[in-house]
Amino acid sequence: MQDTALDIQTIRKDFPILSREVYGRPLVYLDNAATSQTPRQVLDVIVDYYSRYNANIHRGVHALSQEATDAYELARKKIQLHFNIGSTKEIIFTSGTTHSINLVANGFSSILKAGDEVLVSAMEHHSNIVPWQMLCERTGAILKVIPMSQDGELLMDNYRELLSGNTRLVFCNHVSNALGTINPIKEIIDEAHKVGAAVLVDGAQSAAHIRADLQELNVDFYTVSAHKMCGPTGIGILYGKEEWLQKLPPYQGGGEMIAEVTFEKTTYADLPHKFEAGTPNIAGGIAFGAAIDYLNNIGFDAIEAYENELLEYATASLLAIDGLKIYGTSKRKTSVISFNLEGIHPYDVGTILDKLGIAVRTGHHCAQPIMDFFGIPGTIRASFSFYNTKEEVDTLVAGVIKAREMLL
Amino acid sequence: MTIEDIQAEIVDEFSMFDDWMQRYEYMIELGKSLPLIEEQYKTEDNIIKGCQSKVWVHAELEDDKLVFTADSDAIITKGIIAILIRAFSGQKPKDIIEADTDFIDEIGLKEHLSPTRANGLVSMIKQLKLYAVAYQTQLS
Ligand SMILES: Cc1ncc(COP(=O)(O)O)c(C=O)c1O
Repeated sequence: MQDTALDIQTIRKDFPILSREVYGRPLVYLDNAATSQTPRQVLDVIVDYYSRYNANIHRGVHALSQEATDAYELARKKIQLHFNIGSTKEIIFTSGTTHSINLVANGFSSILKAGDEVLVSAMEHHSNIVPWQMLCERTGAILKVIPMSQDGELLMDNYRELLSGNTRLVFCNHVSNALGTINPIKEIIDEAHKVGAAVLVDGAQSAAHIRADLQELNVDFYTVSAHKMCGPTGIGILYGKEEWLQKLPPYQGGGEMIAEVTFEKTTYADLPHKFEAGTPNIAGGIAFGAAIDYLNNIGFDAIEAYENELLEYATASLLAIDGLKIYGTSKRKTSVISFNLEGIHPYDVGTILDKLGIAVRTGHHCAQPIMDFFGIPGTIRASFSFYNTKEEVDTLVAGVIKAREMLL
Repeated sequence: MTIEDIQAEIVDEFSMFDDWMQRYEYMIELGKSLPLIEEQYKTEDNIIKGCQSKVWVHAELEDDKLVFTADSDAIITKGIIAILIRAFSGQKPKDIIEADTDFIDEIGLKEHLSPTRANGLVSMIKQLKLYAVAYQTQLS
């Protein structure tokens, strides 16, 4: 029996991939921060869609198209309820966080002026840096960085000092993918609003672990990728406050996003369709809804409690290894452990772990500025999900010890 | 020895091992014995792109033979480059250009041959051959 409310062994049976082997060893999948695995309940929805009612949406008069449209819009509704969003108009289906951020950055091209300031946290994923750098190049706006401590926590005093009447936008992740830090986003949002700046929170890493209440947070934009929360790849959302989404110009032009088109002038469709040009990822959207149902069935409180238990257990076990250093030691963390072994390159450790059937990520985790901050080429990152077990943590720890013996 | 002879010798050595762990341990040993590149050549220009770890390779002509030295900050990568250098260093550029690299497969490192693999074995082979092409034109 597990010492937890969750019946992990039963949960694991929902995930076909967890019973496969690599190099003749049982797979130990600890790369959940990169992408999570997909339960049968979600896979079934995808197969069902293509088997029974595959049709283009929002345009057909026929039964299949209507069924597909209903299912797709029901998914939007599920997302609305899950994140406590005011209206489905504020939910734009995108291909994921990267697409969502680019949509917003593009929209701000026509709003920002030279000399305006935008703030980025020191622990962002490249997805939440590069689009803004491109925006600054286009507009002449200035990018400033909110620094962090050695523990991987944002320095809030510095943040408050950086905010001014010139600040237009602040972007920060809810949870850092490289460090696991849970950022104090409520405070970040409130402080930004005091100076009239809008805030985009990148929720790619939080969505699988924390159920965010977007109305309570009062956030202006929030982004999610379904594939990090047991859904399929290629689908996600941009949440935007209606007033902002009305203000931003469309991102891509095409079918679906228009009200009327003549060669003289086109008027755009209402929200959310204004930002949804072309045939969307229909099966993906519906499956995203199913993934949210799946997670809520397990329950976010239970998920959080169990993942914290795994995090504590893994942190203590790993720290018992000689020369092991953990990067990201914030008091509030999700179940992500970034670490290195003294004198050993993370890539070497990852290679040995791979041969042992343990999937971890090595490298800079698309967050090179963080690696530069710590002066390291990268880390080994183990990221746990609610379907991981303490036995798998033990396998990881034994693997790291073995790797150390071989490599030192 | 010709490149082919050396490759056969390497394949022979690796055939003594019955599991991946011994093969990797041997590779790590080879990595430690890699003829190291001189510090002055550890430049950005000499870094091979496509590797998660850094790999520097330098080539120099000695008479009509090409001599390689290299280094990496990761030991397994160093082992891989050591194997390649052992096979190719001290050979004529023309022979290096024409050599095939099937022996990598035979010594059980096939999984490193995938072009998407972060260690960049494929990039390393390409780089060694590029050097050979460059020096071949110098020679002729
Ligand atoms: C914090 C963070 N932001 C953004 C992304 C990009 O997400 P996607 O590749 O799904 O667009 C990731 C994914 O790795 C992430 O962890």
